[in-house]
Amino acid sequence: MNASPPAAGPILTGFDSIAAITAALGSVGYISTDSISTTVYLAHHLRKPLLIEGPAGVGKTDLAQSLAKALSFPLLRMQCYEGLDETKALYEWKYGKQLLYTQILKEKIHHLIEDADTLDASLHKLSGFQDIFFSREFLEPRPVLRALEQPGGSVLLIDEIDKANEEFEALLLEILSDYQVTIPEIGTIEAQVPPLVILTSNNTRELGDALKRRCLHLHIGFPDSARECQIVRARVPGISDLLLTQLVAFIQAVREERVRKLPSISETVDWARTLLLLHADSLTPELVTQTLGVFLKRQGDIAEIGDKAGAITNAAIKTAADPLAARRAAALKAN
Amino acid sequence: MEVPLTRYVRALRLAGARVSAAESIDAMRTVALVGYGDRALLKESLGAVLAKSLDEKALHDRLFDLHFRLEPDPAQADAETRESAARDGEAEAGEQSGEQQPGEPQSDEQQAGAPQAGGGAPGGGSGGEGEASDGGAAEDDFTELADSGDENRIALALARAAGKVGADNIRFETQTGFFARRMLEELGVADLEKRMLEHFNERTPAGEAAAHRLIDLRREMLLRAREVVDQRFALFGESATENFMADVVASRSLAAMGPGDMPRMKILVAKLAKRLADRHARRLQARNKGRLDIGRTLRASAGYGGVPFDVIWKQKKKDRPKIVAICDVSGSVARHVRFLLLLLYALNERVADLRTFAFSARLEDVEPVLEAFDFEQAMSLIVNRIGSGSTDYGQALVDLEDGYHGVIDRRTTVLIMGDGRSNNSNPRLDLFQGLAEQAKRVIWLSNEPQNRWGTGDSCLLDYRPWCTRMAYAAAVTDLEAALDDILSAYD
Repeated sequence: MNASPPAAGPILTGFDSIAAITAALGSVGYISTDSISTTVYLAHHLRKPLLIEGPAGVGKTDLAQSLAKALSFPLLRMQCYEGLDETKALYEWKYGKQLLYTQILKEKIHHLIEDADTLDASLHKLSGFQDIFFSREFLEPRPVLRALEQPGGSVLLIDEIDKANEEFEALLLEILSDYQVTIPEIGTIEAQVPPLVILTSNNTRELGDALKRRCLHLHIGFPDSARECQIVRARVPGISDLLLTQLVAFIQAVREERVRKLPSISETVDWARTLLLLHADSLTPELVTQTLGVFLKRQGDIAEIGDKAGAITNAAIKTAADPLAARRAAALKAN
Repeated sequence: MEVPLTRYVRALRLAGARVSAAESIDAMRTVALVGYGDRALLKESLGAVLAKSLDEKALHDRLFDLHFRLEPDPAQADAETRESAARDGEAEAGEQSGEQQPGEPQSDEQQAGAPQAGGGAPGGGSGGEGEASDGGAAEDDFTELADSGDENRIALALARAAGKVGADNIRFETQTGFFARRMLEELGVADLEKRMLEHFNERTPAGEAAAHRLIDLRREMLLRAREVVDQRFALFGESATENFMADVVASRSLAAMGPGDMPRMKILVAKLAKRLADRHARRLQARNKGRLDIGRTLRASAGYGGVPFDVIWKQKKKDRPKIVAICDVSGSVARHVRFLLLLLYALNERVADLRTFAFSARLEDVEPVLEAFDFEQAMSLIVNRIGSGSTDYGQALVDLEDGYHGVIDRRTTVLIMGDGRSNNSNPRLDLFQGLAEQAKRVIWLSNEPQNRWGTGDSCLLDYRPWCTRMAYAAAVTDLEAALDDILSAYD
């Protein structure tokens, strides 16, 4: 077994240990965890694509963006949807340009074949030129091909792959395993530097085994309260410590309730911003009731939590006031 | 060095995780990158490489701790293997010479000499024990190992012995003792026992003490061996037993299910649902290449002076599955309905459009109840509230017609679960015919075998001409087959 890691290319700078990845992500405002950093480290060193699953709004897409920022690579993003196909993802022929050029070159072609007497002879003359219309000149690269063509490396984000059809997954397999695209008319285009490929999925459907096999898998769940505090503080710098701990305790409590659409980190951040705009220093039941709609997105959920808002708020205030107890509770949960 | 990893992959596969060969190669590359040293890091890393869903991650979390808890540190193991191979060779030579001259004290001396010459293992401390006996008998390999106090060496020897006796093939918990004993034999416990007897036969207090010391050593090793076998059972045997039990449950009659089977059934139903969903994975637009959509192509070409740039092909739209389940929840059928609905609701990934009605005397929409409560709670509520009246199929059809007329359209499959025993009331075949004409297909599942259809007050044979399919649902696999049939109509 070859024990040495793959040779360090230009993309390895700053990512040569797990701690370095956590630090690099931290420097661009992404609060990482051991599990996230480890998986990124592996993806990077094993040159494997990374499939991230988890509920909406926990920072899956954000991780890709932060990685691109931390590595100072261009980010090529492809949003998936039903009906997405190779002409939108890989490449497309520039039909318009091809047609225009045929029109312009009509004269030249005339000139070329005017001394040929028979159809056969003119065809023979033309056959040497045909391929010019199917060359790189007329190729419109789409995100995937563009990512392969970046000379200094890139981050390719294939967002919400579960929204695309299964046929599209099959289309991606060549890129995911070999970092190349085969165009029948031209040949195989290989990546100059293998891009860091990140796929995200909200699990609306089960992804194919072939795709999963080619990727490393990372599940990002809801954060614990310590990490959530860090994230909100990073995103909403003006927030007071008291409000922050109360708010996070409240959200953590709501996630334990019978709520259909659980509030995510993005909702916590939105709520923090809202409360900051309202010049709130601490949570009160009234304030919570008024702003429930910021982090609960279903009428049923708002009704469910609205009834209990007072109790949960008071519990959250108590938890925030006694951080030691909260930490103990968190430790218990972690165990 | 890779052996612990391949065995771990095997354990994962046995437990139901789908780990391909490509992924185990990735796992090896991962180990080469992160090493065995940091177990937390290794766990995290292997989790990313080998476990590709939340379920598999949970499996990995459980099995990793089990598997690597008793695993000797491979970094040392590598050196040890070479060392012990040398020692094994010498010990074997010693044994052979022992066989040639049985009963001669000389062979014992040779064996005692071997470990010291071979590995430099800390065997010196045990010399005192040798003195207690009458000079000639010295330490055997087994005692030397058990007495060495070198945890890693013992773990390694036990792991090797477990491999030799095939402890990975353990299937039932009752085999633990057998495998543990076989492991000790593999490690040469016979020598120890021979010496133990010799000590007893001395019939002196010193000899007896020495014998008891050997017994203690043997007990200690046996405990360790059992621990190893227990681990192997948890890794390899338990999942096999579990798979076996799941097979049994899958083919067992639904009527014979007890409350104790529910947890296992839930897991099984979830698996069946996933299999069904995979088999009928969404392909909403079948591309029908080869048939040109002339109208749309001409329209699109208008902007380019009639040159057809965008060629548009005809596409066939497919229906999303829509199921209306009508369930008889009277006492005789309720148990079957429970499993049918469990399976139907586990399928919500594939069948988003599902309406459920329950009836015995009157028909009610039970969708709100199933939405609001968790499944078990909802089912007991439904059965208690609706299931108590005397069954009337005609009235149920009337209620459906009156209250929920628009529910059934030509995309809908109507799935009926019931015995068709209507207590001699009017079966309202006219309404049933109307329903069958509106719906895409009508599937009727009965909890009674075919030879009882139409006997007594059963109207099943009257309803039968209007049904696309009528079948006896005995076991959960029959439910799966019925749903497979329903979903096939939408593929």
